[in-house]
Amino acid sequence: MSISGKNFMLFAAVAAVLCVIAAVQSVAVAVTIVNLCLVSAVMSLGLNIQWGYAGLPNLGVMGFAALGGLAVVLVSAPGVPAAIAAGGPGLIASFVVVVVTVAAVVGIRRLTSLSRATRVAAVIAVLALGYLILGRYFGPAKNLIEAIDPSATGYLGGLGLPVLLSWPVGALFAAAAAWLVGKIALGLRGDYLAIASLGISEIIIAVLKNEDWLSRGVKNVVGLPRPLPDELGLAGTPWLQSLAIQFGISPPDAAALVVKLGYSALFMLVLAFLLLLSEKALHSPWGRMIYAVRDNEIAASAMGKDVKNLHLIVFVIGAAVIGLAGAMLVTLDGQFTPGTYQPLRFTFLIWVMVIVGGSGNNWGAVLGALIIWTCWIEADPIGTWLIQHSIGWLPSGNAMREQLTANASQMRLIVMGVILLVTLRFKPGGLIPERH
Amino acid sequence: MQDYANAFVLLLNYVVVPATTYGCQLALGALGVSLIFSVLRFSNFAHGELMSFGTMITLLVTWWLQAHGLTIQPLATALLALPAGVLVTVLLSLATDRFVYRYYRIKRSDPIVLLIVSIGVMLVMSGLVRFIIGTDDRTLDDGVRFVISAKQFRDLTGLQEGLAIRATQIITIALAAVSVGLLFWFLRHTKTGKAMRAFADNEDLAGLSGISAQRVVTITWVVAATLATLAGVLYGLDKSFRPFVYQQLVLPIFAAAIVGGFGNPVGAIVGGFIVAFSEVALTYSFKRFFSYVLPADWLPDGLYQLISTDYKYAVSFVILVVVLIVRPSGFLNTRSS
Repeated sequence: MSISGKNFMLFAAVAAVLCVIAAVQSVAVAVTIVNLCLVSAVMSLGLNIQWGYAGLPNLGVMGFAALGGLAVVLVSAPGVPAAIAAGGPGLIASFVVVVVTVAAVVGIRRLTSLSRATRVAAVIAVLALGYLILGRYFGPAKNLIEAIDPSATGYLGGLGLPVLLSWPVGALFAAAAAWLVGKIALGLRGDYLAIASLGISEIIIAVLKNEDWLSRGVKNVVGLPRPLPDELGLAGTPWLQSLAIQFGISPPDAAALVVKLGYSALFMLVLAFLLLLSEKALHSPWGRMIYAVRDNEIAASAMGKDVKNLHLIVFVIGAAVIGLAGAMLVTLDGQFTPGTYQPLRFTFLIWVMVIVGGSGNNWGAVLGALIIWTCWIEADPIGTWLIQHSIGWLPSGNAMREQLTANASQMRLIVMGVILLVTLRFKPGGLIPERH
Repeated sequence: MQDYANAFVLLLNYVVVPATTYGCQLALGALGVSLIFSVLRFSNFAHGELMSFGTMITLLVTWWLQAHGLTIQPLATALLALPAGVLVTVLLSLATDRFVYRYYRIKRSDPIVLLIVSIGVMLVMSGLVRFIIGTDDRTLDDGVRFVISAKQFRDLTGLQEGLAIRATQIITIALAAVSVGLLFWFLRHTKTGKAMRAFADNEDLAGLSGISAQRVVTITWVVAATLATLAGVLYGLDKSFRPFVYQQLVLPIFAAAIVGGFGNPVGAIVGGFIVAFSEVALTYSFKRFFSYVLPADWLPDGLYQLISTDYKYAVSFVILVVVLIVRPSGFLNTRSS
């Protein structure tokens, strides 16, 4: 776990830029950026495990992050006893039906004594039957749950456990989904994995948006419990008031800042722990084996390595890290909003981070996350400022001027694309390339 | 008998006609993806944005024409603007090839690297489109709305159910049929088309026979960009133009291309229809249909909709996943992938 002088300078440069932002805009803005930088860094570490270590193109980052977010709701939100009482039995019955159907399908597929056509017909029959029986229990249960105080709850709620517990659970959720995706799409050509993972992430988002009984859908879950004391209570405490006087800011501002810094410390701890683990794993015999498999699958399997199984393990571990980051993000926001998950922000931006930072290098992935998130946030005000100053000569009220000003924030997509293309063309290893 | 006729017309109106139109649009998109895949050997994730870009240019030219009073009523003005849209989109895709993709082609980079490069192109193009025209919903269609409206049909046939056929649906099917016909004639019977197919089969042997790689690549981009613009404009005419929706279209298009067998033009078309028909049929509520064909006391309650419309996009992916499990090389693929 060492870092060379040049790489240290790169991190120092990012820190300097953040200091400038703190000075020009405000300290609060800078700390907000830092917090999201840290969450993004965890996400890009996860993607780096999949793409950098093993060359698996996962375009489903968004889905895994959203599953992590769902874990926060299910673990920490207060439960809705009325909804559980109303819909619980129906849901349990539906769950039993699903388990029995899946078990039957798996069982039929194993009956090799039957001909292939018989097996296919039996599977289809079982699935159709399962679907019909499921409809009997699931539909009514869903309606019962969603009818209970829809403007405030209308969903099952969570277990009401401490929110930090949801972080490992988020990792677990994402890992389970990744295992399923991996079983289907690993072992096929890389493009297929890319397309399948992109599609599955869209399906996950569609489910979270529409299954109100589970996640309140687009009605969002707000006011999730927080791991840190809330600003209002904190602003009243004597030590904070004396701190605020010392720095010459109002107590509410100081409290907000302290809470934000608290999140930064928490996230930093997680990131440091993951970095330590990743570096240890990468510089162990296991890490060298993963690289060897990536660089020459045929040779690796000739040496007796189970390539497919190794890929599955790496894919699941990477997804778990992404899920953890997703849970951290929802905890930071204090709300779960399925409508805000978009592939540009949650999948492709993370890809830019990994490629620009240096795929295959953990420090690179972290650096990429810091740089790209800062650019993504700052491209908006800088772009708007640039456009406003370069079209100042147009009369106000001019249609062209209005149009350009309104769409100025879209510039950041172009900036991200150009950064990605330039990196791939002139520095394909990224800023901190992989070491050999 | 009357009831069965009603049920038939109902299905025609709500399933067959919309799905055929949508299938044509998907097939045109999937053909472009498939061509790029077989000649340039990578999955072009920027294809949806190329459609978006072509539609945007066509829309801008349409506005310009409308402002100058140049319309071709009863047809939509966008059809008059289409050639300009195609031209600009072709130029854009040739520029991306020259400045972005060519470097990797000469280096013979791994297809997965090109896939990531295409994500970069996608980001730039989506930014460009959103910067120029914004993210709002826009309509392209200003022509006559119906060839035959539901009421006219009812009066004509005396049935209870109406069959409405919109002008854009006829235009979509006709234009798609003509362009697919031209494409197949081009691929089978012209020297350039044969060169393209030879190049797709084996790059090195094609080079040895004196086929110019650069020329084949250029023509592939011209054809793909034309198809993309056409698909985009037809989709926009039929529904509306919104950058966000076009970005999502890349999913069913890839599903169509893979279901039919990646790199196979006939497969792309078949795949387009498979995806479109399943999407429409699985999310259609068959309640009214059953009310015609079943005796009244047999009719249980419920919507008879297999999947909620919210999961429209999920359908194409379930098909994709099933194909990946059962037959990863696609249903119509003769070549090993």
